[in-house]
Amino acid sequence: MKKDFYTVSNVIRLPHKYAAGPTFTRFYNGLEEGKIYGTSCPSCKKTFVPARSFCPGCCANLDEWVEVSQEGEVVSWTYTDREFFGMPGKPPVVLALIRLDGTDCDFLHLIGGIDQDDLEKVKSSIKRGTRVRARWNDEKKGHMLDIKCFEPVS
Amino acid sequence: MTNRVGIVEVAMTSGAETKDYFLDQVFKISKEVLDKSGITRDDVGTVISASSDVFHGGMSCANSYYWDAGAAFLKNGSRQDGESLFAFIYAVMRILTGNYDTALVLGVCKGSENPENDVLTHFFTDPFYQRQMGLNETIAAALQKREYMDRFGITEEQCAGVVVKNLKNALGNPYAHVKKKVDLDEVLASEVVMDPLKSMECAPKSEGIIAMVLAKEELAKKLTDKPVWFKGYGSSIDGFYLGDRDLLEGELPNAAKRAYDAAGIKDPRKEIDVAEVCEPYAFQEMLWCEDLGFCGRGEGGKLLESGATAADGDIPVNPSGGVLAMNPYVSRGLYRLAEGFLQIRGQAGERQLDKQVNTALAHSTHGFAGQCHAVAIIGS
Repeated sequence: MKKDFYTVSNVIRLPHKYAAGPTFTRFYNGLEEGKIYGTSCPSCKKTFVPARSFCPGCCANLDEWVEVSQEGEVVSWTYTDREFFGMPGKPPVVLALIRLDGTDCDFLHLIGGIDQDDLEKVKSSIKRGTRVRARWNDEKKGHMLDIKCFEPVS
Repeated sequence: MTNRVGIVEVAMTSGAETKDYFLDQVFKISKEVLDKSGITRDDVGTVISASSDVFHGGMSCANSYYWDAGAAFLKNGSRQDGESLFAFIYAVMRILTGNYDTALVLGVCKGSENPENDVLTHFFTDPFYQRQMGLNETIAAALQKREYMDRFGITEEQCAGVVVKNLKNALGNPYAHVKKKVDLDEVLASEVVMDPLKSMECAPKSEGIIAMVLAKEELAKKLTDKPVWFKGYGSSIDGFYLGDRDLLEGELPNAAKRAYDAAGIKDPRKEIDVAEVCEPYAFQEMLWCEDLGFCGRGEGGKLLESGATAADGDIPVNPSGGVLAMNPYVSRGLYRLAEGFLQIRGQAGERQLDKQVNTALAHSTHGFAGQCHAVAIIGS
């Protein structure tokens, strides 16, 4: 946006390449196979998804791998029909925290398979507690969006 | 506390956009606070600053760029990245070591030059999971707000009520950025940003360069006849992933307990005269009030409706207008503290509370949906 005083413009572009490490690598490999992997804590018995290498609560190493359920319940959700920086896909989107069955944390992902033309339609099909199931993309590349979205289970 | 640390003076910019060059602002504010304190740059023992290099400035390695403008030339300086209330306690501790008589605390953020807040906050995520899902601070807050409404029956009207209250308070604050009288209907009708959050429920991005001089007890008493004393501090930091946390049972009660214990506060609602809390999203003020012990869990909406948190209520919250009126991201914790300081000194001008203010609470938060909290208690 032009301002009525002298400014200097600059765009910063910083390409990074992050090492995923063995735990995320195995998690991404799972996505490529159409599976969602978590790890369980030997101490507090909690199961975390995505899989991770240590328990945030117990400080224990997490090396017990479990394929977690692809079904769960919506805990919270948000909707927008506006484009925003970094958004996964095109608007409109519904992003949700989903508690996958048998896990002990909420999984952040998209909700799909519902009419998202306007907010009222979304509100009528998604609520706290709505059961949803993962729907996969045909082409998978080891990325969170290999799961296309979670759709309400009819 | 045997060795007390006093706040001697504060100087700060207003939140509105200026055409001023950033370094000149840092220089001017640092000089102003030294002049008000009656000391020179040579008298400054240590400088602690708070800023965020790339995300909230994009200039140099931010502290190396502004050190000399900020009175840190040839000084033993250090820096806190992220939230300025953490810089305050760092400076307090440096004085408590006995190695420094004075400390200059700086909070530096020129939001008017930055991209939109959420372009930056998107990069506060991890690239492996949450960034791939597009997460940013407003999405996290929207998810938290819906849970607050679903689980505790908080209403849209109550959330909008926070905006109306705080922007009304901001009208009396020359440092506030958003100066606009609004009513409930206007807030409720504002554009949906990320449902259930509307645009007027979200804080702006503001300029905010602030400097504070701290001194050990005997020197503080010499420099001013109205020192405001550091009484207690606590912070607590929750897990990083949003989904690992119960968004309504966060770490603020822990941070507050640590601060209350240090300050000897047993009944916060009675013993605290004014609270400045960090509410980048309107509903968070009500949730944080619950966490701070001003009311029970789920009663933040009723607390607001009762008028208790209004400027003339029994526990005024954000008489400055809060972060909804002024959001200099990194500096916002020090601005909360500065308002408490001015209220205790009776120097808050038009917005001075109509009662004796002896004890003030300043709260700040950073990270998504209140991942990290800090609480400071100061008093006369």
